[in-house]
Amino acid sequence: MCGALHAQKCSTAIVNMQHSPSPSRIRSGLSLALCLCAPALRAFAEGPDSIPNTFAPASTPTHEIYNLSLFALTVTGAIFVSVAALLTYVCIRYHSRRSNPANEPPQVYGSLQVELAWTVIPILIVVVLFLTTARIIFAIQDQPEPANALNVTVIGHQFWWEFRYPSYGVVTANELHIPVSTHQQPEPTFLRLISADVDHSFWVPQLAGKTDLIPNHPNESWMDPHEPGLYLGQCAQFCGVQHAKMLIRVYADTPSDFAAWLKNQQQSAVNDPSVAAGRHIFESQACMVCHTIKGTRALGTVGPDLTHLMSRATLAAGAALNTPTNLRAWVQNPANFKPGCLMPAMHLSNEQVDQLVAYLTSLR
Amino acid sequence: MSDQTIPVSGSLQAAYPERGTLLEWLHGWIVTVDHKKLGILYITYALFFLLVGGVEAMLIRIQLMVPHNHVISPEMYDELFTMHGTTMVFLVGMPILFGFANYLVPIMIGARDMAFPRLNAFSFWLTAFGGLLLYYSFLGGFGLYGMGNAPDVGWFAYAPLTGKSFSPGHNMDYWALALIVSGFGTVGTAINIIATTVSLRCKGMTFFRMPLFVWLLLVVSALTLVTITPLTAAQVMLLLDRYLGAHFFDAQAGGSPMLWIHFFWIFGHPEVYVLVLPAFAIANEVIPVFSRKAIFGYPAMVAASVGIGFTSLAVWAHHMFTVGMSSAGNSFFVISTMVVGIFTGIKVFNWLATMWGGSITFSTPMLFCTGFLFQFLIAGLTGIMLAVAPWDWQLHNSYFLIAHFHYVLVGAIIMCIFAGFYYWFPKATGRMMSETLGKWHFWVFIIGFHMSFDTMHFVGLLGMPRSIYTYEPNRGWDTLNLIITIGAFVQAVGVLIFVWNLVHAYFRGKLAGPDPWDAWTLEWATPSPPPAYNFAVEPEVRSRRPLWDIKHPNDPDWKYEQ
Amino acid sequence: MSDLPIFADEPWILPSRGRIAMWSLIVAESAIFSLFVVAYIYYIGRDQFGPTPSVLDRPILNTVCLLSSSLTIWIAERAIEQGRMRRFAIFWAITILLGLKFIIGTITEFRTLINRDGLTIDANLFGTTFYSLVGLHATHVLVGLVGLSLILAFTLFGKVNRSHAERIQVFSMYWHFVDAVWVVVFTVVYIVGK
Ligand code: HEA
Ligand code: HEA
Ligand code: HEC
Ligand code: CUA
Ligand SMILES: [Cu+2]
Repeated sequence: MCGALHAQKCSTAIVNMQHSPSPSRIRSGLSLALCLCAPALRAFAEGPDSIPNTFAPASTPTHEIYNLSLFALTVTGAIFVSVAALLTYVCIRYHSRRSNPANEPPQVYGSLQVELAWTVIPILIVVVLFLTTARIIFAIQDQPEPANALNVTVIGHQFWWEFRYPSYGVVTANELHIPVSTHQQPEPTFLRLISADVDHSFWVPQLAGKTDLIPNHPNESWMDPHEPGLYLGQCAQFCGVQHAKMLIRVYADTPSDFAAWLKNQQQSAVNDPSVAAGRHIFESQACMVCHTIKGTRALGTVGPDLTHLMSRATLAAGAALNTPTNLRAWVQNPANFKPGCLMPAMHLSNEQVDQLVAYLTSLR
Repeated sequence: MSDQTIPVSGSLQAAYPERGTLLEWLHGWIVTVDHKKLGILYITYALFFLLVGGVEAMLIRIQLMVPHNHVISPEMYDELFTMHGTTMVFLVGMPILFGFANYLVPIMIGARDMAFPRLNAFSFWLTAFGGLLLYYSFLGGFGLYGMGNAPDVGWFAYAPLTGKSFSPGHNMDYWALALIVSGFGTVGTAINIIATTVSLRCKGMTFFRMPLFVWLLLVVSALTLVTITPLTAAQVMLLLDRYLGAHFFDAQAGGSPMLWIHFFWIFGHPEVYVLVLPAFAIANEVIPVFSRKAIFGYPAMVAASVGIGFTSLAVWAHHMFTVGMSSAGNSFFVISTMVVGIFTGIKVFNWLATMWGGSITFSTPMLFCTGFLFQFLIAGLTGIMLAVAPWDWQLHNSYFLIAHFHYVLVGAIIMCIFAGFYYWFPKATGRMMSETLGKWHFWVFIIGFHMSFDTMHFVGLLGMPRSIYTYEPNRGWDTLNLIITIGAFVQAVGVLIFVWNLVHAYFRGKLAGPDPWDAWTLEWATPSPPPAYNFAVEPEVRSRRPLWDIKHPNDPDWKYEQ
Repeated sequence: MSDLPIFADEPWILPSRGRIAMWSLIVAESAIFSLFVVAYIYYIGRDQFGPTPSVLDRPILNTVCLLSSSLTIWIAERAIEQGRMRRFAIFWAITILLGLKFIIGTITEFRTLINRDGLTIDANLFGTTFYSLVGLHATHVLVGLVGLSLILAFTLFGKVNRSHAERIQVFSMYWHFVDAVWVVVFTVVYIVGK
């Protein structure tokens, strides 16, 4: 429901992205005003949102982080207010009105008591802050994995995401589908994060803090979205030319939606005889070297799995909306959307591209 | 008071050197081993690169002004932010602070020169050569696949992106070699400063009578010895990987990119304190003089600086909360990081206490130092927020982080450097910088600063990551980015006013005399500019403020200092 | 509150700048070595293929030579202090010979490792860390040897005398440091890592 609506809204935004839409301008203006205090920022966005607001948590770990951040903000805020007030006071009160420059103020060289006071008080503050922080570190990081958790392996590639569901034999890219996890029916998702090439970082601010994907160093993270919908994020560790266009979409699906989605993803690719020409091109060109389409000869793993390409809303990790026009432009020359990405332009004739796109669009 | 030298034994009458032909003049600068000339060379060099790095920042901001902007190609953008960071840290921050150190440390301790004048010159030219080498990369060979020439992997240069397979060109070699070369220069200077402070103090200048400026540079230099060298070692490993097929950071052969991350931050974290401590050093001199009070709690200040130096060696992994350390590991680095806050707090409070009860005049140097205090307070507190590890999982590599460190690097360090310029320019040139222009500079720059860097916090909280050459329009980041960019332009105006002020003052500024600020340390006891050997006879001191003792013979410091 | 500090009669003696500088250099060098040692230890036993540390032979003779060179250089230092230049020259020369023996030993060790065991720097992690750590140390020995030889040459030409004792001692600190590092390298590579 609400999730679908949101997906809709975001898609329109992407369509309009060349001429920046006015609603988003107004929104960001608003957000500036609201940013000034954290709780207000939060009130601004409950549930999934097109703004990946770290102050609009939508899962257990982010809620805990959010509460911790409010605490830290209060402590540091209090320190700021008192010290800044002191500074202002000193500047105003002791601003020189000396008539006689030779008349120096009394010289004070120090005081052990005062010195002790402003050492001990910060120590106490630090102890409190540290203990609170450590508690949350352990709570989030060492959360045991429940038996019913969904396992997903996230593989970072230059510049796209691969998602594998080992227990379901599903492989997809760039758009992660996970079940919502409600109080009545908790079903968190545990991610195993690995990298195929260089460092990346998986960050969906509303669902979980970021965790890096480092070659030879598998990491873990977990999330349990409380409300269905689309959550946005992106790669947060510089990984090369198109690091900026390594976006993430996480769909938190209702249990039934999720089951339906899984079921579809488990199927082999649609085999539609009317687009056999396109399929032939795909299998005779280099495409199959890099891409997998289940049920065909194409078994490449360099690029995203295209078996259910049309079930995704965007192309190439959010570089463009997944429409036939964009798909065509993409296949003709990926640099149209993502200059520097690792898929080469294949130099196909217009007719070939048409057939290829017809084939690709059949891959529901 | 300002038209005569203070009668410290050994001060000289102004003896301006004869000006020869242009060629002689140039030759004089190139072969010089005089610490003052080298100091000025360092500073000029750094100032030049500040403009270069600033222009790079402007280009970054122009590209990010609106979403889906096409002014700069993705390749170019990556070069720009890498070169901006590298330039600002290695070619601006380090040299400018060593420039001040070179100029001031020997005079402040009543010495005639550095301990090793020729090593000093050699170090400077190494540093200068390193900078040229880095910028030569723009001509010297391509980088990441499909990319341009200059280094383009961020100033932290995480492996394995820097390996031959991902960066086949020569840009990483330029990066590594340039920094190794300038690193040698830096270590040379650090050794020099240590030897100078330990072995060349004038009579009576015990360790506990050294100006705090000298103390802090001593700490910084010691820190440098163990800070720059890990980077050198890591870069040597990188070059071995790239040229001899070694596998230090090569994931394919079982090597670990984690090793680089650790090594880089073992360097990188202490490095930021290497940058900030000299800024503190400047504040330590300026704040007392303009408050007309002795520094409050001198021993505590020294202890806190040493404490910062030591703890800063044990906090590096707070840059690595997201790489997947154990929860115990994360917790350790949370607490060690926060401990630095305690030491730093001591310094902040001592500065406030110095101003307390004083008689403060807000001349330009003091204005900048006040701005520094305010901004450093905020920057330190956002640092504490980042140290709250779970929150850092959100804030890491977002614009909030960018905001944090620009608050320190620009809001604290650059501000202190400006203060240092206004304060010591009269000493180095004999002429005053304009107060009016100085005030303009301050207000314009600080307004631009807050426009840019305050806003960055918010856009970071809204999920905007760093190092991206463009962003989607529907995420609430547009207006904020526009404001940041405008702020950067305002800062640029401020910097231009400053440059103009420098140039103008150099030729037209009003004469300063030896002691324009009625200050207390030894450099004000010689003419402005000081003669080649600083002091004809080695001075003798009896307290931390030798000139105070002379100006107040009835109430000298040495009666009170412990 | 202190009394009037009057200096006229107080001696004002500061440490030698040469020693301070050499100490600083040693601290800086130690940091470099630490990183290579850490990398070595970190990668012990992580190789999936290629030669392992079991191919190493402990270079005992080499170690003895290098460590005793610390002794000979110390004797030379004392000699120049007392102005006994002949004795200085002899022990200085012995130091050089011992250092040379060490370098030659290292070269032969590397040669056998490369030819017999196929261990090169790009063979595997062990090769990478072994050659870089031991090689870094050998480079330092080489640099030391160049310095030692220069000083020997000056001595033979009669340009070095008692007044240079201080400088000679400062230089010797470097050589002692290189020896001390070898103790660490030896322990890590040939004892712990084997
Ligand atoms: C000169 C530069 C400088 C300085 C001085 C500091 C100072 C501090 N920094 Fe910052 N930092 C950087 C430059 C600097 N930093 C840079 C460049 C990066 C990013 C590098 C990159 O990724 O490219 C960075 C990143 C960075 C991170 C990593 C974030 C991340 O990557 O996710 C963290 C995390 O802990 C951090 C924390 C701190 C802390 C706690 C301090 C403390 O020293 C601050 C201490 C000061 C105060 C706390 C204020 C005054 C104290 C009081 C008024 C007393 C009362 C206070 C308490 C009791 C808390 N910094
Ligand atoms: C001392 C250090 C320092 C300083 C002073 C600055 C100053 C500035 N920085 Fe910088 N910055 C870093 C250190 C510094 N920065 C580091 C370490 C990074 C990380 C890099 C990385 O990720 O690898 C970074 C990254 C960084 C980014 C993030 C890029 C990204 O991740 O995508 C941004 C974006 O806005 C930015 C902006 C600015 C701005 C607007 C200024 C302004 O304050 C600049 C103001 C100065 C000027 C505007 C100069 C004016 C010059 C003129 C007017 C020219 C006149 C011309 C002639 C006379 C020839 N910086
Ligand atoms: C050299 C390897 C390679 C070849 C050959 C190749 N691709 Fe790709 N392809 C990739 C990579 C890598 C990506 C991911 C790019 C990115 O997002 O940065 C990709 C992405 C795509 C996508 C977008 C997928 C998604 O999930 O968003 C489509 C569609 C696609 N390729 C189709 C094709 C077709 C059709 C051909 C042949 C004409 C082809 N590719 C040939 C490597 C290749
Ligand atoms: Cu992947 Cu940045
Ligand atoms: Cu740090």
